[in-house]
Amino acid sequence: MAIKQLKARILENKKLSQDFYKMRIKSLYLARNIKPGQFIEVRCSESLDPLLRRPFSVHRILKDSIEILYEVLGKGTKALSQRKSGELLDVIGPLGSRFTLNTKRYPLNAILTAGGIGIAPLVALAEESAKRGNKTYVIIGAKTRSRILCETEITPRGCDLMVSTEDGSKGYKGLATDVLKDLLSTLNSKPPTIIYACGPTAMLKTVAHIAKERKISCQVLLEEYMACGIGVCLGCPVKVKNGTSGYEYKMVCKDGPVFNAREVIW
Amino acid sequence: MNLAVKIGRLRLKNPVMVASGTFGTEYAELVNINSLGAIVMKTITLRPRSGNSPPRIVETASGMLNSIGLENKGLDDFIENKIPSLTKVEVPLIASIAGNDEKEFVQLAKRLTKIRRIAALELNLSCPNIKYGARKELIAHDEKETYRIVKSVRNATGLTLIAKLSPNVTDITKIAKAAEDGGADSISLTNTFLGLAVDIEARKPRLGNITGGLSGPAIKPLALRMVWEAHKKVSIPIIGIGGIMDYKDAIEFILCGASAIQIGMANFVNPKVSTEVIDGIKKYLTKNKIDNMNMVVGGLKS
Repeated sequence: MAIKQLKARILENKKLSQDFYKMRIKSLYLARNIKPGQFIEVRCSESLDPLLRRPFSVHRILKDSIEILYEVLGKGTKALSQRKSGELLDVIGPLGSRFTLNTKRYPLNAILTAGGIGIAPLVALAEESAKRGNKTYVIIGAKTRSRILCETEITPRGCDLMVSTEDGSKGYKGLATDVLKDLLSTLNSKPPTIIYACGPTAMLKTVAHIAKERKISCQVLLEEYMACGIGVCLGCPVKVKNGTSGYEYKMVCKDGPVFNAREVIW
Repeated sequence: MNLAVKIGRLRLKNPVMVASGTFGTEYAELVNINSLGAIVMKTITLRPRSGNSPPRIVETASGMLNSIGLENKGLDDFIENKIPSLTKVEVPLIASIAGNDEKEFVQLAKRLTKIRRIAALELNLSCPNIKYGARKELIAHDEKETYRIVKSVRNATGLTLIAKLSPNVTDITKIAKAAEDGGADSISLTNTFLGLAVDIEARKPRLGNITGGLSGPAIKPLALRMVWEAHKKVSIPIIGIGGIMDYKDAIEFILCGASAIQIGMANFVNPKVSTEVIDGIKKYLTKNKIDNMNMVVGGLKS
């Protein structure tokens, strides 16, 4: 679908907790055309500092608007958190690759594994997956209770929600990947299972390993600093396997952000 | 109104180009590419290069550091696949080339001279992120090397030659003069400034390559000063580059002596910026009752 630069009206920019915000912007074009896994490049402010656009995965796709979920980590997200509803936001999208789902005729066990803010793109995927009749499991892992996001958005969609915290303040005490292993041991091979994951690199690496050991297909959404977000600057490389020379670089913004976990050199 | 500029044998319908490595047909849906003066394409080398280890970019105050490392698929792919894919692009294409040594520069220039679609060559003598063969420093750090490489390429091609110089030098006018004496039709000033950014928690550099090239509004005053200095010493046209975000920035460069300009980082922020700069220059000229852009070049009053 054609990439467009749009001025989208901010409908809501809500603080969820300490550093997490959710923003809803009006755009019929993006709502109709963006797919789970894809992202938009946002001009957080009109200033020269911060200057570059910031990439945000689509968090939810609504009728004539979309949502992004973000954590305030630097100048860009700080500026974004100060934007008010009613203002126009300069965005470019839809960008990047999407998660691949099944067709309705062949349901799956879809396991969505999120680490921290990695839940952001997986909510859109959970909604789409449930719509396609998949048995959809969502595992959300975080350091502590206050960093667990989106529980209330997962359960009403008929998805099974599992929560883990490293300090045991909520749900299972341990890592999301431990929960994933336990879950996999209870599932049958029919229908087939696919794992989708987004989160810190260490978590994704473990998820990829778990999937490979069990010969389960796995798609990961990667993050990298970006400048252009469209494939021009070659600033966001990820090392992937290449038959002849061992490895090559692909760009997270254009070839990804969704990659087959087996392709990635962790 | 006349916005046309002549650089060597190359005639540009307006002075606004997009800088090497910051633009591609990916932007075709977002900006009218054919309104540009010219496109300077991503630098190519004789053989493919995989580029530097990530992270390759980091934003700094009003700018960015990059250490892409000239990732490209090499000359053969450029000729066989890249050029034929640009059927919808009607503006002049300027190929940017970097060789490890004189022989490679000459080889690149000779092959590209035969490609009709290539209107000019920009010699990248100044990428801060790669090693040119066994050399410890960039070609554009040294007057004699700059002269020697430009001269050899000059002897190998009739194409318009633009030497892209490094700002990381003691006296830019000496290098600019060397490029002119070697036979360059133009110099582009400047490439990025070598810089470094640090993650204090990890106590590590933020770039995989440790150092990188700084671009963006942060370098504009530095680049302007170099264009101004060089303009007093050389008679070939200068192409100004460095943090141009709007038409006002472009006019600053032109007043300091640039005959044309290139837009780099700003493309990432606003893909339409180059067309906005063209419109802005027209409005500026109209407002000041000037009908020829060339009348403004070097018009800085003392």
